[in-house]
Amino acid sequence: MKKLTILTIAILTLTVNAIAQGYQVGDKAADFKLKNVNGKMVSLADFKDAKGYVVIFTCNHCPFSIAYEDRINDLNKKYAPLGYPVIAINPNDPAIAPDDSYEKMQVRAKEKNFSFPYLFDDGQKVLPLYGATRTPHVYLLEKTAAGNKVAYIGAIDNNHQDASAVTEKYLENAIEALRNNKQPEPNFTKAIGCTIKIAQK
Amino acid sequence: MTKKQLNKLILALLIGTGSYSVQAQMSSVTAIALHTQTSFNSEASQLTEAAIKVVDFNGLKPYLEKGNDTTYIINFWATWCAPCIKELPYFQQINDEFADKKLKVLLVSLDFERQIESRLIPFIKKHKVTPEVIVLSDPDSNAWINKVDQSWSGSIPATIFYNKDQRMFFEKEFTYAEIRSILELFDSDEF
Repeated sequence: MKKLTILTIAILTLTVNAIAQGYQVGDKAADFKLKNVNGKMVSLADFKDAKGYVVIFTCNHCPFSIAYEDRINDLNKKYAPLGYPVIAINPNDPAIAPDDSYEKMQVRAKEKNFSFPYLFDDGQKVLPLYGATRTPHVYLLEKTAAGNKVAYIGAIDNNHQDASAVTEKYLENAIEALRNNKQPEPNFTKAIGCTIKIAQK
Repeated sequence: MTKKQLNKLILALLIGTGSYSVQAQMSSVTAIALHTQTSFNSEASQLTEAAIKVVDFNGLKPYLEKGNDTTYIINFWATWCAPCIKELPYFQQINDEFADKKLKVLLVSLDFERQIESRLIPFIKKHKVTPEVIVLSDPDSNAWINKVDQSWSGSIPATIFYNKDQRMFFEKEFTYAEIRSILELFDSDEF
């Protein structure tokens, strides 16, 4: 019976940890300093004039990420000048996903003319803070006097297969809401994506 | 909650981030399946079984709520998903081992519809995949992910184990031993 109690406590701890993992809408998001494909370190704080940030966990190898590359590029071209730059982060461990190495990120960014910083989360330090589980996985942040507040978490839109068949531009609508001093609705969506490849400890 | 149920819950939690519920009764299958059977040409017709079924979520739903004596393992996967490919042989092994028992593995592929003939069917042939494969092609995944399970964030692999009394959902990659230990939790004289 004692064993059972210990087990139960262990499980409760596990469960609580699982729930507490990562950001929820309304949380303050931490800044970071990660290496961009051009070799320079990038932080949110570098964007002095930003009103918010479109943080997207994405990568090279995932077909869903690939399907969204052009749309992410277009989003940045449209919203960076309006104060909402895209900051893409590759969170995968290249030991598990070799196509997601820093060198291959540089190649892909060049091939696709990424207009946004494409950062490598070396050692997977930022990933657990945000709690992304799949690629692509979006965290829209609103810059406030009290820090960067998570305003929207989820998908870019509602059709990964065909950009022309999209009927709900979740992310774009969420950015527009912030631009109009409103809170996004919905502020949380889900999508199928590739599991983020986490290093074996 | 009885002690037996508690033990099951503990085991389920230990194995992974599973969600566990004992359902008093399965809702009767009322959904009208909108099976959109694709017409296949040369390559697909070589499959000995009927052509691969392509369904939207309404078409998948009846597979998730069969209220009979069989235990079902519903595995969400895709040919491009490395961890899915890694665990697939284990589900296949289970399916083959219990072929004469009331246990059925269904592989729900999330491959893009345009890649069924170029990727999925060649993969099934090459790896001699024995469990039934259907394709879920319903891009508006935000509308249906929660209906599969509230705890699912949307990454694959993901797997449901269920029968008419019990249901468990896991968003993780399985080992063969883990699948077996989940099946231990199901009250069945069959396996």
